[in-house]
Amino acid sequence: MRRDIFQAIADPTRRAIMILIAVQAMTPNAIADNFNTTRQSVSKHLRILTECELVKQEQQGREIYYSLQMEKLKQIDKWLDEFRKLWETRFNQLDDVLSTLKKQKK
Amino acid sequence: MNNNLLFDFTVDKTAKMVYITREFEAELSLVWDAFTKAELIDQWIAPKPMKAKTKYQDFRVGGKRFYAMISPEGQERWSIQRYTSITPKTNFKMYNAFADKDEKPELPGSEWDHTFSEQDEKTKVSITIYNESFERMEKLLDGFTKGMKMSLSNLENLLATLSQK
Repeated sequence: MRRDIFQAIADPTRRAIMILIAVQAMTPNAIADNFNTTRQSVSKHLRILTECELVKQEQQGREIYYSLQMEKLKQIDKWLDEFRKLWETRFNQLDDVLSTLKKQKK
Repeated sequence: MNNNLLFDFTVDKTAKMVYITREFEAELSLVWDAFTKAELIDQWIAPKPMKAKTKYQDFRVGGKRFYAMISPEGQERWSIQRYTSITPKTNFKMYNAFADKDEKPELPGSEWDHTFSEQDEKTKVSITIYNESFERMEKLLDGFTKGMKMSLSNLENLLATLSQK
């Protein structure tokens, strides 16, 4: 199943996890210590974030460390930029419609 | 051409709100019509080469507009808008949701609020869009960029085929 990046960041716990590991890579246990929730629930959030490639895992000895993937976050900004451009295009088209209407009224 | 007209676009990711403000070089009644009359909306709402087609519109509180965005390949993406509040030439609100061709909505949709004001022979329109989820926000682009990207990749394929000859 393809995970949706926006769905991933829409969840407040997942956003909090991302902020936490933006500073330094952490193990799932260390992450779970920061939340009033079960280790399983944190694992589930980490799995979703990993599937969206918002975080990456790295094996260090016996532990797995999670860290934030900055490049992926930039995709969100890129999407918002596309949305902005869509509106720019629409409004420029509306300018043309309005100027035609103005001429018709005269 | 329209660089002197105000255009502001901001997104509040945590509040799931998009704020859009734009000025137009026209009197308020004209801009109001362009935003509220289907035959005019259809002329500008779809970024070319997409087209918009309104099947029916009933512009009153509780009334609906059922319309499609059509890609150059003829793919139709239907949506339904339900007007929730109308203050003539001042403000209107609506609930927008994607739908199938039989008007069955795909929930949740988004809440739209449009406010109009006129000053110095210009009309300012402020739009706010509230989405229950970012996933849904991303979908707002569906049918535009997907259609656009599709036609672009079709063009790329065509060019690749032609250049091989």
